[in-house]
Amino acid sequence: MKQFQYIRPATQQNVLDAITKSGTKIIAGGTNLVDLMKRGVTAPDKLVDINHLPLKGITPTKSGLHIGALALNSVVSENALVLQKHPLLSLALKAGASPQLRNMATVGGNMMQRTRCTYFYDTTMPCNKREPGTGCGAMEGYNRMHAIFGASQQCIAVHPSDMCVGLAALDAVVIIAGKKGERRIPFVDFHRLPEDHPETDNHLAKDELIVGVEIPDNNFAKNSYYLKVRDRQSYAFALVSVAAALDISGGLIKQARLAMGGVAHKPWRLYDAEKSLVGKAPTEENFKVAAQIAMQGAKAYEYNAFKLKLAPASISEALKHAAGVV
Amino acid sequence: METKTKFGNSEGPSRVDGRMKVTGRAKYSAEYSVKGVTYGVLVGSTIAKGTIKTIDTKKAEGAPGVLSVITYLNAPKIPGYQTDAPQPKGALKIFYDNQVYFNGQPIALVVADSFERALFAASLVSATYDKGEHQTNLKANIANGTAPRNGKDYIRGQEDAYKTAPIKIEQEYIIPTEVHNPMELHAIIARWDADDKITVYDKTQGVKSTQRSIAQAFKLPPENVQVTAPFVGGAFGAALRTWPHEIAAVLAAKVVKQPVKLVLSRADMFTSVGYRPHTWQKIGLGATADGKLVGITHEAAGQTSAYEDFTEGVVNISQLMYACPNVNTKYKIVSLNVNTPAPMRGPGEATGAFALESALDELSYAVNIDPIELRVLNYAETDPSSSRPYSSKFLKDAYQLGADKIGWSNRKQQPGSVTESGWLTGYGMGGGLFGAYRGAATVTARMMADGTLILQTAVTDIGPGTGTAMVNIASELMGVPAANIRFDMGDSSLPPSPTQGGSQVTSTVGSAVNDACKELKDKFMQLNGTNEGGSLDFVKILKDHNLPQLEVTTSSKGGAEQGKYAMFSWSVHFMKVLVNPVTGVVKIDKAVSVADCGHVVSPKTARSQIIGGSIMGTGMALMEEAVIDHRYGRLVNNNFGDYHVPVNADIPQVEALFVNKPDPYINPMGAKGMGEIATIGVAAAIANAVYNATGKRVRDLPITPDKLI
Repeated sequence: MKQFQYIRPATQQNVLDAITKSGTKIIAGGTNLVDLMKRGVTAPDKLVDINHLPLKGITPTKSGLHIGALALNSVVSENALVLQKHPLLSLALKAGASPQLRNMATVGGNMMQRTRCTYFYDTTMPCNKREPGTGCGAMEGYNRMHAIFGASQQCIAVHPSDMCVGLAALDAVVIIAGKKGERRIPFVDFHRLPEDHPETDNHLAKDELIVGVEIPDNNFAKNSYYLKVRDRQSYAFALVSVAAALDISGGLIKQARLAMGGVAHKPWRLYDAEKSLVGKAPTEENFKVAAQIAMQGAKAYEYNAFKLKLAPASISEALKHAAGVV
Repeated sequence: METKTKFGNSEGPSRVDGRMKVTGRAKYSAEYSVKGVTYGVLVGSTIAKGTIKTIDTKKAEGAPGVLSVITYLNAPKIPGYQTDAPQPKGALKIFYDNQVYFNGQPIALVVADSFERALFAASLVSATYDKGEHQTNLKANIANGTAPRNGKDYIRGQEDAYKTAPIKIEQEYIIPTEVHNPMELHAIIARWDADDKITVYDKTQGVKSTQRSIAQAFKLPPENVQVTAPFVGGAFGAALRTWPHEIAAVLAAKVVKQPVKLVLSRADMFTSVGYRPHTWQKIGLGATADGKLVGITHEAAGQTSAYEDFTEGVVNISQLMYACPNVNTKYKIVSLNVNTPAPMRGPGEATGAFALESALDELSYAVNIDPIELRVLNYAETDPSSSRPYSSKFLKDAYQLGADKIGWSNRKQQPGSVTESGWLTGYGMGGGLFGAYRGAATVTARMMADGTLILQTAVTDIGPGTGTAMVNIASELMGVPAANIRFDMGDSSLPPSPTQGGSQVTSTVGSAVNDACKELKDKFMQLNGTNEGGSLDFVKILKDHNLPQLEVTTSSKGGAEQGKYAMFSWSVHFMKVLVNPVTGVVKIDKAVSVADCGHVVSPKTARSQIIGGSIMGTGMALMEEAVIDHRYGRLVNNNFGDYHVPVNADIPQVEALFVNKPDPYINPMGAKGMGEIATIGVAAAIANAVYNATGKRVRDLPITPDKLI
């Protein structure tokens, strides 16, 4: 890998100052960034280490739960408040990576991880995300792991995170620090679709830092589930994953949240399917209808057509688990 | 029946080097500290066929710490390459000319004063090519397959007799390329001690064969090549031969006049040290309505490289496994722009067994006979291929042991008829065989004045526990506690032993240990003037005769029994699987493997070996697949994130059982090999269980969820 400088600014403000310079990259757990550097996909001049910043806390706020950007995935997944208020997030985290990786990976880093598309990682292959204008190797290549929603002519990669699918379903908010202070954006708006700029994964500006996420209080704790379908039972990315959360009262669904992983360039919320469930009984029939609604606009490629069948089956299965009707 | 040995209910002594391995004291090839060592990193081609037009090495040569960038343009001539058959036939000659035969073929080696600097400089090497039209797609090229030079079609009785049988199964089976991927990366440190003398610390399954290969390449007397490999972190066949990167390291050490360490990257492991070849098979089975086999036709086509004919016994199992009057087999190899395959655990047979044992399962449903019963109905009492008697065969015992352990009586013949907690449940079995051999080996046995017994031979241990097995054999014979026995190995200066491969080391080297110990004991008895070997006090006898030590060097090999008997190890694997009817995910609920491999010399390590083989077969069945993007002729999943091997979460408690009846003929211990049979038949057992669970027959591995929804 290319030689680089490494700095550890003392404060958050120092970090914000440091990252304005071009060629810098923030390093937290490094579980993805170091791989990217080793493979020559990314070659920063300078790494800005933020691991020592006081952004690890998991604390209740007036209206929700704040999770610091540097909280470890392993710590969040075992945190008592998370388990009590948002067990879905714990399930999603535990479905990701391996215990060793979760013990290094942070919440902010997890959000910033890049696609695992193999064409993105092999610098001899075309990839618009790695090198805009070179083409998409996956479009007519080996695209078994690729998107069925929201892809563009430029890029059909998927976002690899499980945690992010959980946070998208739970209406989390991302808290971002910049030179002008903090801003808050809905988690679902943090990542972006590839459109004509697949090189840009999300809406974080170059000179900004994720400081945390906040999950608003909800009534989903009793009826939520994270289903991940993968080629092996640990340390494999999702073929398809589903975060399902239901607020059930008096035998009827008051609110529903559904998000999918492994199907799009970002965690994919299924708004129409959610709406279709409101006011309905939590039955397999209703879940199947919702799953069909969720599939509107899906488009498959040569090797991932199975997702058109696996995705709705998984949605309905996740809903059944969430509702406790399995 | 559980394993019963002289150790009673215990599993016998633990791995003699176990503590060293778990505490990090066992030193592997890359870990030797060699003074003045430099670091090599390979640069691979980015096309699959063509010629190198230009290589730009200037930037790399100017990078910090770089000592040399070796390419075909500046590489010193390797003397052995001049006398070997000219490329493109024979082993790949590294830095030989501008020809590219596969994507990832080494085109340069960067040597620098640190690994990081070499790695960075390697990224600065760039090449341009005249691209040829590559072929990497087996399916598209099967028609271009050819019979191997020494291969003959096999025919017993009538050809294609299955076609006219009352019950007929005719199906195609495909296995993808599987890569050995041992945990330890291939690594070599090469140090020239003089102009004509070299030492290498090298990952190899055979120090003697590596010694010969390097001596041949550089035209040195073999004794001037010292090869050291006391520990090998898994190999599975990938280190059976000397590969181009090993020659490159030796060459580079000559160029930079300093020792060179070359450790392959995980990506290099996919294109440098072989793999189980992508293979197409077709099986025709004919049977009577009551399940008697009438005919077997087995055809196969496996891929090889553009420069070497790699062949393996894919179709042999159909000639050998069952009593069947009419058998014919055909085997072809298909030359593609890929690197050369290598034998991988259960070479040939593991591939063939997937097809044959799947087809047998299909037949069991067609004739509605329990799969075990069907196999017993067609049980071979003598070798159907040679008509010779078996040296030993207790496969029926193995069927019984395994069936009892897995709870075969709970299996329902009707597929898809049982669920447990919403998961479809099924049972399957599949078996296999592998030739049992005894080759030649020489062992020095030396009793020291303090009562320590030292055994020495060149053999390596790639993980099965060879040292442990040898110590057990010697301990039993000499009455010396295992703790007082030292087994020196993995060194080319020691007495000759075979390469570790083909499940023959325990038989071959164990016999030599046995014979050496007996001879040593005789020598002590002579010295002591007694015929009674039972209670010799070695320490006292040495002291009485004022001797510092007593030693023998004994050569040992098999005799006429090898021509008289057909010798095989047998295995049968049983699987209970759960299949999610919605997601297609397969979970193995129970795994039982039974080996009929004669007397079990080292129960603990034997059990480990069977478990490892079962897991390897599980990878083959459910997830392993090296994928090439044929547009570029390049692998797209050459890393452990994308190429899946099983993890703990995929594997249940694997039960390893042994018939443990000694073979009366093969060798003094009555022990037969078990490394290969541990994997042969596993993939079929899983595929058959998946069928029993779901009614879906998957004939192209791996059985990933998408194939079951």
